[in-house]
Amino acid sequence: MRKPLSIIAGAVALGLVLAGCSTTPSSDPDNANQVEVFTWWASGSEKVGLDALVKVFEEQNPDAEFINASVAGGAGSNAKAALASRLEANNPPDTFQAHAGAELTDYINAGQLQDLSSFFQENGLTDVFPESLIERITVDGAIYSVPSNIHRANVVWANTQVLTDAGIDPMTAPADIDAWLVDLKKLKDAGVETPLALGTEWTQMQLFENVLIADLGAEDYSGLWTGDTAWDSAGVETAIAHYGELLEYTNSDFAGLDWDAATQIVLDGNAAYNVMGDWAESAFQQAGWTYDNEYTTWATPGTDGVFDFLADSFTLSVGAPHEAAAIDWLTTISSAEGQKAFNLAKGSIPARTDTVASDYPAYQQTAIKSFGEDTVVSSLAHGAAASIAWSGDISSAIGKFGADRDAASLLDGLVAAADKAQG
Amino acid sequence: MKKGYKNWGPPLLLVAPTIVIIGIFVYGLIGANISVSLSNRNSLLPATEFVGLDNYFALFAEERFIHSLQNLGVFTVFFIGGTMIFGFLWAWMLDKGVTAEGVFRSVFLFPMAISFVASGVVWRWLLNSAEGDRASGLNRIFEIMGLDFLQNAWWSEPGWGMAAIALPAIWQLAGYVMALFLSGFRGIPEELREAARMDGATEWKLYRYVIFPQLSPVALSALIIVGHMSLKVFDLIMAITKSIYQTEVPATYLWVALTANDYAKSATIATILLLFVAVVIVPYLIYTARAEKRQR
Amino acid sequence: MSVDTGLDKKPGTRSNSAKQAMPQQVTIRNRARVSRTVKYVLLVLFLIVVLMPVYVLIVTSLKPPQDVNPATSWGLPVRWPWEPAFEGGPSGFDNWALAWNALSASIGRTFLLAIPAALIASFLGAMNGFVLARWRFPYADVVFTFILFGMFIPYQAIMTPLVQMKTSLGLPSDVSTLLIVHVIYGLPICTLIFRNYYAGIPHELMEASRMDGAGMLRTFGSIVLPLSLPGFVVTIIWQFTSAWNDFLFALFLSNQNEGPVSLALNNLAQGAQLANYGAAMAGALLASLPTLIVYIVLGKYFIGGLMSGSVKS
Repeated sequence: MRKPLSIIAGAVALGLVLAGCSTTPSSDPDNANQVEVFTWWASGSEKVGLDALVKVFEEQNPDAEFINASVAGGAGSNAKAALASRLEANNPPDTFQAHAGAELTDYINAGQLQDLSSFFQENGLTDVFPESLIERITVDGAIYSVPSNIHRANVVWANTQVLTDAGIDPMTAPADIDAWLVDLKKLKDAGVETPLALGTEWTQMQLFENVLIADLGAEDYSGLWTGDTAWDSAGVETAIAHYGELLEYTNSDFAGLDWDAATQIVLDGNAAYNVMGDWAESAFQQAGWTYDNEYTTWATPGTDGVFDFLADSFTLSVGAPHEAAAIDWLTTISSAEGQKAFNLAKGSIPARTDTVASDYPAYQQTAIKSFGEDTVVSSLAHGAAASIAWSGDISSAIGKFGADRDAASLLDGLVAAADKAQG
Repeated sequence: MKKGYKNWGPPLLLVAPTIVIIGIFVYGLIGANISVSLSNRNSLLPATEFVGLDNYFALFAEERFIHSLQNLGVFTVFFIGGTMIFGFLWAWMLDKGVTAEGVFRSVFLFPMAISFVASGVVWRWLLNSAEGDRASGLNRIFEIMGLDFLQNAWWSEPGWGMAAIALPAIWQLAGYVMALFLSGFRGIPEELREAARMDGATEWKLYRYVIFPQLSPVALSALIIVGHMSLKVFDLIMAITKSIYQTEVPATYLWVALTANDYAKSATIATILLLFVAVVIVPYLIYTARAEKRQR
Repeated sequence: MSVDTGLDKKPGTRSNSAKQAMPQQVTIRNRARVSRTVKYVLLVLFLIVVLMPVYVLIVTSLKPPQDVNPATSWGLPVRWPWEPAFEGGPSGFDNWALAWNALSASIGRTFLLAIPAALIASFLGAMNGFVLARWRFPYADVVFTFILFGMFIPYQAIMTPLVQMKTSLGLPSDVSTLLIVHVIYGLPICTLIFRNYYAGIPHELMEASRMDGAGMLRTFGSIVLPLSLPGFVVTIIWQFTSAWNDFLFALFLSNQNEGPVSLALNNLAQGAQLANYGAAMAGALLASLPTLIVYIVLGKYFIGGLMSGSVKS
């Protein structure tokens, strides 16, 4: 009996030591200087970005204590589930990360977010953020979140070597999807088995939204989300047909691949193209490649002149235990230094228009230029265009199409999803 | 035995805390769940009315839910079949006494110690569906061993793909079934076997008329435990594929509904899962309760 | 009742007379030898198959990130684990350092969760099992079924109301709340295991104790408890593992800073951007080490405990 007891005692002691060695604090409602920030940026370049932001925050607010409540997994789905229960139980974090745009509708409708319009006025943000962005994050005249960074979702990342080997000029983008399909066929005939790299469900949804923008044009695409464009229209049918054709050129194992594994296929030279948001930039940087040298980018064929935007943003919860500190956090992320630190680390571009483009690497400069000039539309795959429930329904329909290639069923699914969301 | 308050007061008192705790945390919370499933709480806003069984009818009319049930069915069949077959096989092989039995036993049993999150990390790789040049994981090792024809799309395969997800589950739990069967085998008195052999029974008859009947309670309890785990499977699928169409089962669909703040739908799916489990468990519980009363 | 692990039994010993070899029996024995060889070969093959994933885990964890490629996942590392892939870059051992940094604190917290959870639930289960199996009362079987059903519910079904309860009671998000939760939901299985185990205690033992005038608690404490070791082994192993590996409760009731290792491992392995597979696999191994040790060291008692009547029905 003595031996097991001493083993147990030893293990408990070990546990105490290990647990005690960590110094991460927890949220204490009585400590006014804390701010609990809830995100899904738990690793990789997102974490690097968050760390950079925290550094600026601590410089600007030396008394404040940053509490990191991040939950990784499922592109935020674990975080969203945990967040939903906390909000339900009236135990909100001070501020939480959400995609700017329609994704916030659920929280807004439930009255869980504070109106930040006065915050925007006071900090001059309505002047410094572009008009199109303010328009997209205003709901019924009020603004509910502060964007920290802007990503572009209609970018094709191309491996120049693979293209040149097949006799295609990497620097000229095909004019539209049909022209692109011609190039894809050329690549396949030249021996590139899977010229278009694709990944799991949300990347498929992203590819589909690119095709929708290309085939419908910016205005009609935006109409899909307001009810002005019908989902069973000719444009959508063409998009579905095009999407089906594009799938013929993708890698067969896309259903289980994370986005970075899909981008890796391009880096390995086994594919020529990958349609991905501009967080892919960090993958190419890590491989040591130079822009316009080993790789290049252009807007997805047919979407030239359109900036398919998504923005990470932070909210202010109703009933936040540390409201003043949370507002300080929001001030940091909307400030010039904060946005610069964060975006340089994360590969995105700032929401502020007073950005000095030359501070940023080559790819980001093209993005900054495009954001300033082009028509801005909201991304479906990243919570800007549709609410969580709606985009989830579309995602399931797209996933099903990836498995069975049933175009009629996909159309039905899209129409049903729209009816449910807008009904 | 004296009957009366004095006799059964103390034991009832001893078990009372558990009764109360289970009453609240199991039955009470299930009740809360069922009441949400009967409401129209489809968003973060509170429910406004009772809709009776509408949510249930709506769910069964959904192609997506039916598809998730089909996936669950395929997974369950392979999972239960695989664990029972391998568990029995290993127990049978080890029962006769084998050198280094301890080693084999430990190796077959240890995957049970690993969490699904941890095993998902490696099984994602192993079950990758790329074939040919880009093959990795199991497809690659088939290629290395010259067994190219075995390469397949694993869980991406429409229809039977869920059987591939059963592989890591079998890997983790066949050892447990083996332990159950081994204890079952070892629990059969040697005299019984000797007697049968003395009576001239062949090995086959010995198994059929002596050993299998003795093992059937063990087999039944293994079946129930593995079966109910199969209905609840969630961690493993999330770790390997996250929530996507091909591997959607009710438990992951529930999850998706929860992240979309559709409380009523997720509560409905949860209640349906509970009913499935109950359909299997309750008869088993009644059967064992009666069997024991007979024995008493 | 001594602790019978059931492993000292020599199965199939024959009486001496049967050992006299006769011609038919020689052929039978040769056949037996062949079948035994076949059995060994099969067992070794199964061994290799079961160990394959572990091989991949270990081998990948020792490769620096630049060498990690799904296509070469079966290959041994091309360089020593202390060598980086390029000058100044991370090495294989750095994977482990990274994993350790990410997981060590949570591993400590999980010890503080799993050990008490296992001990408390086991003890309560023993009391329940005793009362339901031997020192009975009217409708004891109904109560048992009532408790047992709790083991089978899908936990997703009670998650949202549970979180609500936690907040309204003001419970913290650290392992202490998880401890309570795991004890509660571990009660059914521990009760099951002990009830079946105690069903094997001879009635005479109970009668003798009652003759001596011992009350319920005295009987439990001095007669039954000392005999309970095999049952405790099974419940402690089972509860420890289930508390250690649980993800669902941890996800909803705690967070990565205060919670158990499953959350920390999830953050390490599931990060959305440019996952470091080597570190993730090192993390998976680290997180599984304590339960692995428990199973390897106590495995034979587990089977013995099962054999002494516990999880049969």
